[in-house]
Amino acid sequence: MIRIENITKRFKKLKALDNISASFEKGQVISLIGPNGSGKTTLIKSILGMVKPDSGKIFFKEEYINGGFIYRKDIGYMPQIGRYPDNMKIGQLFNMLKNIRNEPPETIDNELIKEYDLCSMYEKPMRTLSGGTRQKVSAAIAFLFNPSVLILDEPTAGLDPLSSEVLKEKILQEKNKGKLILITSHILSDLDELTTHVMYLQEGKMQFLKNIETLREDTGEIKLAKAIARVMKGEDPAGNFISEVLTKKTK
Amino acid sequence: MMKLSKYVLYDILRSKIIIAYTLFLFIVSLSLFQMEEDSSKAMLSLMNIILIALPLVSLVFTTIHYYNSYEFIELMLSQPLSRKKILLSEYTGISLSLLSAFLIGVGIPVAFYAASETGMAMLFTGSTLTLVFTSIAFFASVRARDKAKGIGFALLLWFYFTLIYDGIVLLILFSFSDYPLEKFTLLISALNPIDLGRIFIMLKMDVSALMGYTGALYKDFFGSGTGLLFTVGVMILWITLPLWLAVRKFRKKDI
Repeated sequence: MIRIENITKRFKKLKALDNISASFEKGQVISLIGPNGSGKTTLIKSILGMVKPDSGKIFFKEEYINGGFIYRKDIGYMPQIGRYPDNMKIGQLFNMLKNIRNEPPETIDNELIKEYDLCSMYEKPMRTLSGGTRQKVSAAIAFLFNPSVLILDEPTAGLDPLSSEVLKEKILQEKNKGKLILITSHILSDLDELTTHVMYLQEGKMQFLKNIETLREDTGEIKLAKAIARVMKGEDPAGNFISEVLTKKTK
Repeated sequence: MMKLSKYVLYDILRSKIIIAYTLFLFIVSLSLFQMEEDSSKAMLSLMNIILIALPLVSLVFTTIHYYNSYEFIELMLSQPLSRKKILLSEYTGISLSLLSAFLIGVGIPVAFYAASETGMAMLFTGSTLTLVFTSIAFFASVRARDKAKGIGFALLLWFYFTLIYDGIVLLILFSFSDYPLEKFTLLISALNPIDLGRIFIMLKMDVSALMGYTGALYKDFFGSGTGLLFTVGVMILWITLPLWLAVRKFRKKDI
């Protein structure tokens, strides 16, 4: 569904993305994992067209996104830090998005708005919201138009346990509908039950992209957190991971 | 695109700055017409205020608004909208609000007290200058990521167009006063929209008779049909060129 070919992005001296190639398919939940500043958000923003890569190509549904924008109709994006017009009220924000998108009302997914009871806060201006409520608004916007791809950048950061559980439930539900979901998170326990594939980035380089079962077998750990910890410590040779990625690519 | 502009406009109207600006223009023009017996004298004072205040307000307001609506732009970029459309909607929203502020604040008193050819020239110049400087402000703010830098750049451009440029022109005219420079001054006036606007208004007034040989040459040129065409053409160029450069830069920008 999304194919990335040799993406490289430099921010002055810093190489944020270094020749990354990957391919994501329907029904997968990809966990993007890596230390801070490893290029996760840059990769996500490149897919969304917010960051323009220096070289390389990104394909969405087999179509090369060459500065196009229509494809974003099928992507729901939840940013790491949701920033919204200060003067706007929550209700106005949702209405504005619906008005701009002009999608038929039956495709609109209000579930998260209901679950988080955002309706009762429709009159609150965005600038008065707490970080957690903002995050809830971001999540509700990402799912609002029932997109076939969801890109969630640290979705559970700042959410209370209950809301976090609601969001996870929602993600699981969408996964079962066969959507492609990309998640970055540092809370690996959150990813455990959701993820089907793990993509590990370090200093802008992709270390591996592999199936969660394979990762568990390779590291001998059941918990994702422990498995990743092993990888981070460098106890496992990266060689076999890379070979798996290469076979994937030729396929 | 109009949908987006509508939201931009809505956001601007809520901040009330534009309403204060309208009132300021209205009070200034009304009091000038009230104080002066002779409406053409009032027009001259009004012209000087417009030529200084209008570019400044357009530049500063646009730059600040651009940086304040960065969140809105960010949000829109995650939606299926092209970058060009987003930026042009911002432009439409801002320029429309500044333009209506000018047309209400100055247009109504002028229509009331001095509905002449000079008045029309003044309204034309004011409107185009608003558009030109909004466009230039977009260029400045898209280029600079930092808010302070963007506003500083915009202010520097204002200084350049209102003060520094005239200084340079005077310097050139004095140093080369032995040569015939009339055609040359005609050309360099086109390189500054404020000067062009000033000449355009002045020639509609009686004072142009006092400007000597250069004034006569100007009157000859700007008074004719080609002169009008030239002014309109150069002004359109001043509006579209910075805006086009801004859109070009914005398309390649990382958000």
